[in-house]
Amino acid sequence: MQKATIQLEPLVCPSCIQKIEGAVKSLDGVDKESVNISFNSSKVKLNFNDEKISIQDIENAIGKIGYKVIKSQSKAI
Amino acid sequence: MQRFIINKKNHIMILSAVLISSAFLSKWTAQNMEIFVWFMAAASVLGVLPIAIQAYQALRVKVVSIELLVTIAVAGAFAIKNFEESAIVTFLFLFGAYLEQRTLNKTRSAIKELVEMAPESALKLMDNGEFEEVDIEEVDAGDILLVKTGAKIPVDGTVLSGEGYVNEAGITGESLPVSKQKDSKVYAGTILENGTIQIMAERVGEDTTFGRIIELVEEAQDSKSEVERFIDKFSKYYTPAVLVLSAIVLFLSRNIELAITILVLGCPGALVIGVPVSNVAGIGNGARYGVLLKGSEVINDFSRVDTMVFDKTGTLTIGNPKVADMEFYTENPDEISGYLASVEKESDHPLAKAVLEYIGDTRLYTVEKTDVVKGSGIIALVNGHRIAVGNKALMERENVNLDEKVRTDIARFQQKGNSIVLTAVDGKIEMLMGIRDRIRPGVKEDLKKLKELGVKNLTVLSGDNQGTVDLVARELDLTEAHGHMLPEDKAAYIKELQEKGRIVAFVGDGVNDSPSIALAQIGIAMGGGTDVAIETSDVVLMNSDFSRLPHALGLAKATARNMRQNIIIAVGVVLVLLAGVFLSEWMNMSIGMLVHEASILAVILNGMRLLRYSLKT
Repeated sequence: MQKATIQLEPLVCPSCIQKIEGAVKSLDGVDKESVNISFNSSKVKLNFNDEKISIQDIENAIGKIGYKVIKSQSKAI
Repeated sequence: MQRFIINKKNHIMILSAVLISSAFLSKWTAQNMEIFVWFMAAASVLGVLPIAIQAYQALRVKVVSIELLVTIAVAGAFAIKNFEESAIVTFLFLFGAYLEQRTLNKTRSAIKELVEMAPESALKLMDNGEFEEVDIEEVDAGDILLVKTGAKIPVDGTVLSGEGYVNEAGITGESLPVSKQKDSKVYAGTILENGTIQIMAERVGEDTTFGRIIELVEEAQDSKSEVERFIDKFSKYYTPAVLVLSAIVLFLSRNIELAITILVLGCPGALVIGVPVSNVAGIGNGARYGVLLKGSEVINDFSRVDTMVFDKTGTLTIGNPKVADMEFYTENPDEISGYLASVEKESDHPLAKAVLEYIGDTRLYTVEKTDVVKGSGIIALVNGHRIAVGNKALMERENVNLDEKVRTDIARFQQKGNSIVLTAVDGKIEMLMGIRDRIRPGVKEDLKKLKELGVKNLTVLSGDNQGTVDLVARELDLTEAHGHMLPEDKAAYIKELQEKGRIVAFVGDGVNDSPSIALAQIGIAMGGGTDVAIETSDVVLMNSDFSRLPHALGLAKATARNMRQNIIIAVGVVLVLLAGVFLSEWMNMSIGMLVHEASILAVILNGMRLLRYSLKT
């Protein structure tokens, strides 16, 4: 398992959170319980299984619904 | 393509504004309705593109978003050939989003300043023996780093060599540079003002004190209160509900105009954004003033506090007792001082420290045998004499005669708030010392400000004797004072207050008061920016600066008030708009969108006022 922190461009609408949440939770390999998106700091924190999915895949999924990823980091837990 | 359009949102907005104004121009000057309609239609199509794309993206992850409501409304307006309305609505929506982004960034600016203080690179000792600049993420605990004058210290660690002065204002709030040499601790995010040092990294990144502070501030800003969680849940169902409502209206009235107006009016903007905006601005203000409020729940509780309970030593007082009064009953004070110092050297009691500090350099004797009597003092054999150092109880135990003069002196010393240290040699009283702690400068004024802010009860609790505590209470004008209290007594007392319905904040040193800090609705630790203090408190005062307490309370009250105002604005606007739809003639989609966007900006601007909040003096 890996723990990832993804910094997005500043989020503006609280409904963005619902969208991003929907997008990352639907990915196979992401621990749904761990997904936490903070509006004000515009960060996505989640745990994922790196045998099933890569951090790049998660970033792409967020990018696909229209949010720019500024940087991300992940470390093993 | 989709991403391209989203990225060019602002350009599209400007283009749409140009088209709309040209349309009006041709209508008013040339009375050309054909051009007017074409331009408006073009502005609508252009403007709705980014909105529709976002609506589609949301729909793909099963979210009915505001964008979807607007897209349908614009399509509806198109269907009834009302191009003017569709153009204006899309423009207002884009323009509103743009302004929201700009103003929201402002409310978040305080935190950004903090985050930008985080070090990004470090000079690391590589295998070849040279220092090389690397990204902060490549630094691990155990690495050796070089810090030069003017640079940020990249990690928490220990100085290996070199010396210099470090500005630690970011971490501790201390504005004077602190001297560092070998074995000194240094903290990430502080700045080496002069000198060059090599340090051993101990904690890096999020594990550093600085990293923890940033993380806590960020968590605090996004922590949600009951109300917010309710609003979040509510808005999840609210948007689809508006869609359904508008469909029903369309079905019953066959009036497309009315149905799409409801879609636009139903956008729940100000309600969802109002509370988070107040929260982020309030916490941002605090971060600037060295006050960390941990989230909106804390803000709400703190704003309603009516009782504040203080620990005495180290909180109201400096916590560093000093010898203030002294009497000798001997011909030979130097010898007695020597005996006393020799005995006190054996003890690590805070009073012993004060005595030694006061006596300073003196002739020391060999202490042969010491016997500590818990809660009373020490008995020792020095130079063949039996020396007893301690309080009245110890003297009575030792059968030392206290004559009239000594008794009145003791009473006089105690009245001044002193703790008593008596010295007896071979059963005869030789010396009396009064030791007391000084009240922190400025505390009295700060407490007065707290009262003015509406705290009704200010109580001091202490393990010291009642006389000392009463004296502090009188000097500081407190409402209640209780002495002889152990940590568990303090916790029990707080529980009792809470059972009476009081909302209690406890201010203590963060170590032995932790049960009380945990128990009180609001716990505030004065631990000098240490990890324990930061973790355990609900409100953190940087560098344990007591004078920030009134600002913290005032800010919490202002923020809580701001949240309520924003909820009122948001709900009020929705009610007015809905009433407008059903009761008036003038309501249409464009006005609805204008009011809607204006209300969002109103709550953001209202929230921004908090950034400038400062306590009136």
